[in-house]
Amino acid sequence: MRAKYVMSEVFLGLWRNISMTVAMIITMAVSLTMLGAGLLLYNQVDVIEEYYQTNLEVVVYLEREVTQEVSDQIGADLKASPYVEQAVYESKEEAYERFKETFEDTPDLVKSVDAEVLPSAWRIKMKDIADAPKLIAEFQEREGVYQVTNQREILQQVFDILGGAQRLTLIVALVQGIAALMLVANTIQVAAYSRRREVAIMKLVGAPNWFVQAPFVLEAVFAGVIGSIFAFATLIAAKYLVIDGQFENLFSLMPPIDMQAILILLPILTGISAVISAITAWITLRFNIKV
Amino acid sequence: MEYATLVLEAPDRLRESADRLRHVIQLEGVTKHYPRSNRPSVEDVNVFIDKGEFVFFIGPTGAGKSTMIKLLLREEVPDKGKISVGDIDVTRLRRWKVPAYRRSIGCVFQDFRLLPNRTAAENVAFALEVIGKPRSVARRVVPEVLELVGLGGKEHRYPHELSGGEQQRVAVARAFVNRPLLLLADEPTGNLDPDTSIEIMRLLDRISRTGTTILMVTHDSNIVNQMRRRVIEIENGQIVRDQARGVYG
Repeated sequence: MRAKYVMSEVFLGLWRNISMTVAMIITMAVSLTMLGAGLLLYNQVDVIEEYYQTNLEVVVYLEREVTQEVSDQIGADLKASPYVEQAVYESKEEAYERFKETFEDTPDLVKSVDAEVLPSAWRIKMKDIADAPKLIAEFQEREGVYQVTNQREILQQVFDILGGAQRLTLIVALVQGIAALMLVANTIQVAAYSRRREVAIMKLVGAPNWFVQAPFVLEAVFAGVIGSIFAFATLIAAKYLVIDGQFENLFSLMPPIDMQAILILLPILTGISAVISAITAWITLRFNIKV
Repeated sequence: MEYATLVLEAPDRLRESADRLRHVIQLEGVTKHYPRSNRPSVEDVNVFIDKGEFVFFIGPTGAGKSTMIKLLLREEVPDKGKISVGDIDVTRLRRWKVPAYRRSIGCVFQDFRLLPNRTAAENVAFALEVIGKPRSVARRVVPEVLELVGLGGKEHRYPHELSGGEQQRVAVARAFVNRPLLLLADEPTGNLDPDTSIEIMRLLDRISRTGTTILMVTHDSNIVNQMRRRVIEIENGQIVRDQARGVYG
């Protein structure tokens, strides 16, 4: 009976102030989408780090005219180094095979590169990739070595980009979130004003405070939940249309964002937005509806 | 000497506690100021009202009558002094207990304060609904109380379909439906013509005879003079007259 009354008041309140309700839901949805994207990126950095940690290599590229003895000597020294777990020689032919494999989607590029151009190399698996700079310093200047590259450094750039994107999404989420909460506060004030008669009578006849406040708080929670559902839908759409669609190649460098990571966002976003909306509404009410 | 004091004191104490039981309303040294607004204040007010009494609060506008009502409703808390209603110390009442306290008080106002989109019966039922009474109780009690206030047959009319007097009857029904200990009426006849006012007063009189204490703020001298009940006159926040079976003055 009372629950029915509260619910009908909630929907009446939202409907009576529909433009505000829509504005509230939209800003919440944008804020939560950004928050969700930020959380996904955060998760993604972890996933990438874990994915590459075991596969990261230091590659010692040899000069093209290097003799077999020099190459073998470098290999022996590498294997003797305390930082090295494993060192594998890659001949020019093997390098070309790898190159063909990597760029099999772009045969023109493959055709344009001569097998002779690619350098032979020692591919090194480190005991700890953090020691890579020491190894590089040691071998950089040696005769017969063309260049030593650390894959981690390349990856670091990816991380920097992801980190920047993450900060950006979180800042947008925060700003939009503040706007959303202000709209919540405003909506609640308007609702409390338009229902001041009912509220006054309810307080007069001794309705419990929770009962007086419930319709307003639930209005905010409802808007928050709808907003989070929109945000969730936007993130799913983004996965299918942007990451798996248009920019598939761009994102193929990193492990895919799996569906589970997005699915788990639904309860998180809904929970966060419902709780924060409810608290905002409740605080607003404390200033607007005095006992 | 000490023994004698004890003996002398004991009966006083007993009488005091007996008085406490008898008084429904006690205001002792109640003072309330509004330093930052010119709302009327009250100054050291002492009032004791018994169960079933019918009391008029009279006095010029701004004398502090409505402040008294607000204090009794615990919409305001006094700066000094003690208010108790029934066995509840209103001044020490915790915020969350206020709603439960208000259920023991019925309220009627000059402007009726009905919900316009609800019928007479629904308006009365609302008071039961919001304090969590089951619908079956409302179905049984609401027609009874509407009959009592003389609105039998008009249960399903909306406030705009009722006359002023009838609307006030709905308000009285709503105030009375929970059988309150105390009924506060703030100028209940202020918007009504003299004949209708007398009907409302008859209704309040009947309610008072059921043992409900009634405290009524009014400016209507005719009513006060005809009813001949206890009159408490307030001026500048102080009680200047407290007279049983008094007149408007």
